Amino acid sequence: MKNKLIELKDLTKNFDDQQVLRGINLDIYENEFLTLLGPSGCGKTTTLRIIAGFDEPSSGQVLFNGIEISKVPPYKREINTVFQKYALFPYLNVADNIAFGLNLKKMDKSVIAQKVSRMLKMVGLEGFEKRDVTLLSGGQQQRVAIARALVNEPKVLLLDEPLGALDAKIRKQMQTELKKIQREVGITFIYVTHDQEEALSMSDAVVVMNNGEIQQIGSPTDIYNEPENRFVADFIGESNIIEGHMIKDFLVEFDGYTFECVDKGFPENEEIEVVLRPEDLDIVEPDKAQITGVVKNVTFKGVHYEIIVETESRTYMVHTTDYAEVGRKVGLSFGPEDIHVMWKMGAY
Amino acid sequence: MKQFKRLTTPYMLWAAAMIVVPLIMIVLYTFTEEGNSVLTFSFTLDNFTRFAEGTYVNVILKSFRLGLLTTGLCLLLGYPMAFFISRFSEKTQALLILLVTIPEWINMLLRTYAWMNLLSDNGIINQLLGLLGIDPVTMMYTDFSVVVGLVCNFMPFMIIPIHTSLSKMDKSLIEAAYDLGANKIQTFRKVIWKLSIPGVLNGIMMVFLLSVSTFVIPKLLGGGQYMLIGNLIETQFISVGDWNFGSAISMILAVIILVFMRLMKKMDPQED
Amino acid sequence: MSRVKKNSKFASVYMGILFFLMYLPIGVVIVFSFNESKLPVAFTGFSTVWYEKLFNNHAMMEALRNSLILGALSTFISAVIGTLGAVGLSKIRWRSKGAMEYISILPLMIPEIILGMVLMAFFYMMGLPFGMLTLLIGHTIFCVPYILMEVKARLAGMDPALEEAARDLGATPFRAFLDITLPLCMPAVLSGSLLAFAMSMDDVVISIFINGPKVSTLPIKVYTQIKTGVTPEINALCTIMLAVTLLILGLYSLVKRINQGEKTDEKQAH
Repeated sequence: MKNKLIELKDLTKNFDDQQVLRGINLDIYENEFLTLLGPSGCGKTTTLRIIAGFDEPSSGQVLFNGIEISKVPPYKREINTVFQKYALFPYLNVADNIAFGLNLKKMDKSVIAQKVSRMLKMVGLEGFEKRDVTLLSGGQQQRVAIARALVNEPKVLLLDEPLGALDAKIRKQMQTELKKIQREVGITFIYVTHDQEEALSMSDAVVVMNNGEIQQIGSPTDIYNEPENRFVADFIGESNIIEGHMIKDFLVEFDGYTFECVDKGFPENEEIEVVLRPEDLDIVEPDKAQITGVVKNVTFKGVHYEIIVETESRTYMVHTTDYAEVGRKVGLSFGPEDIHVMWKMGAY
Repeated sequence: MKQFKRLTTPYMLWAAAMIVVPLIMIVLYTFTEEGNSVLTFSFTLDNFTRFAEGTYVNVILKSFRLGLLTTGLCLLLGYPMAFFISRFSEKTQALLILLVTIPEWINMLLRTYAWMNLLSDNGIINQLLGLLGIDPVTMMYTDFSVVVGLVCNFMPFMIIPIHTSLSKMDKSLIEAAYDLGANKIQTFRKVIWKLSIPGVLNGIMMVFLLSVSTFVIPKLLGGGQYMLIGNLIETQFISVGDWNFGSAISMILAVIILVFMRLMKKMDPQED
Repeated sequence: MSRVKKNSKFASVYMGILFFLMYLPIGVVIVFSFNESKLPVAFTGFSTVWYEKLFNNHAMMEALRNSLILGALSTFISAVIGTLGAVGLSKIRWRSKGAMEYISILPLMIPEIILGMVLMAFFYMMGLPFGMLTLLIGHTIFCVPYILMEVKARLAGMDPALEEAARDLGATPFRAFLDITLPLCMPAVLSGSLLAFAMSMDDVVISIFINGPKVSTLPIKVYTQIKTGVTPEINALCTIMLAVTLLILGLYSLVKRINQGEKTDEKQAH
């Protein structure tokens, strides 16, 4: 049903003697909201710049509709970019900024004016045509930047941490708006961010990157619930990561106890890591759980308490609405579906 | 805070006595007759009517033309230089800009004198031409030698402001232009050039101000008979001793410069 | 991450030619200062005869002495006036501040020739005899702004909390100034002074108007000599001046670097 639009094949990139991308393979589909997520320096922006055409890969291919484009200059690609700090031309007004690309195509003035005003309407800036871009607020500049890119009717829109410079409230608002715009125009958005919450709430697909490599590709729920390795589990949300081994399918051992679980397909006695999300753990009476420990610290977090429990082998973080006073002996309870077994880092 | 105001006093007195008062006096001078002391001054416009005589107007026109020519050449040669420099890595840029500025640190006389060595009738260039079997060309004491001297002396004042505006330019604006479909030439015309205009105007102002008011370089490379506004002022003050007339010429020079600066400011799109 | 686009061959050639033209005259002067022959035509043999002649030229040596004394004195006076002025300007909040700041850099904005002429007329009217005194005042006028601007920039980058802390700990405003502000300004005073000294040693235009018939500075002496044509002695002098200028430039950038080093230290400390 879905058509492949962009394929990245074995992309690598070196800056001087530093390897920034180490073999990126990624398929990007039509009409998809895809997010490249990772800490700074993970290579997500470089990947985006290669797709846009600002950087050439050191090796590998970029296919667009099946055609290799890694040597095609940016101005010949059906791809447009929304820049991190918007990159609006300071000497042009809002309308002229948006019309920049259309003017280059020598389009008819009246057609341009029509397209510009339609774009402004879509981003919620009707009547802003003659405004000075340097006097707009961050959020408004952001909208102009989006309109300027979309008016060229690209097949793909690239967004490089576009909300990074906005304050928290406008950020939230823009997140919803971006998602809405994407549905409206029905093209592929490739979005770069280091903010996991942003990535999870907006995307159809999330690509978690670290150190120039892709760690996991999947839907937001997959990424959150089924992290494939320690990095993903650690980076997305908070987690208790525990080393253990897989006794057999549906049976895992850690901290000296065996637990039923829902994971299978690992070799018997394979060394693995287990993720227990803090919100999946419950505080119970010590006799009702296998793992027991003492409450070390309690912090109120608004909706829930963050409780640190020290057991024989480690400390666990628990998010719960129940209160437990410091020093109390408690048990930690969780069900088989709360245990996520992952391959150990570097073992695959 | 009172104490600090007292600290400023010497500077204030100094600025008032040595900068403001003399400037006011010179304006008075302009409108007085020869030999008048300022205290008993009688108003006159004679100094300006005298100026309207053909020879002096010609000197002004020549200075203006030469100033424009020098400025134009500096822009034409300096812009590409600044542009190329701005495309190197930051470290290399710093080094190249230092190379551009070093000659500026060397006494102007020295640089001008060096050109005398090169351009004179039996100078190095003519000697080289002689080796090629070409007859000596008179280059010294012509417009050519003066313009060469002016351009070489003032080039850094054009390169540096342009380079500053090019190098502090947000690189993502250039990428945005490419991204929106502009090719290299269009990007230069529609983005890079536009963004460098403040630097260009700054450079034009500096070079024009320097070249229109110069008198040492034309005197050395143009010879004793070479007359520009600067030389005229110098002669009136030092050789002729007609200070009132000299002041009037200075006023005209100041007005030319002020009008030119206003014009440049008007052209700056980022001013309003 | 460096993303430097490579310049074309044309660019390198272009830059090469321009740099060549900029440095060619200087190179010629240096080479011919060691030439045996009097004519700047062909290099006939290595010799230091022009240097010897130069050092035996009493008028030239006296002009050099004048220039050094003038440079040192005007720099010193400018340093005092300029530093106080910069500190004062940074403290006051008057409406006239803008005008004051404008006036403070005015001597650099006015074409040299007009400033020279203005001063000549002014000194004459004041009845000051033209000579060392008028030169000193004139040089101080255009030296002050260099120091003032450097110190002002330094003060602007300084954390005002430092001085406030000193006052909080019981220092009088005056003590706080002496113990905190002044030492922190010192590098800027020094770099500004070097700049001012170089400018004083360099000046021809203003000096010509206010030196009077008896006193000559080194640049004026050079100017009057080369007006009449090329003399190899001047080549030697120019080479020496070049060496001295580069020395001052080196010192200046060293002081600047120390300044900046301190600034980054401050930043890291935050």
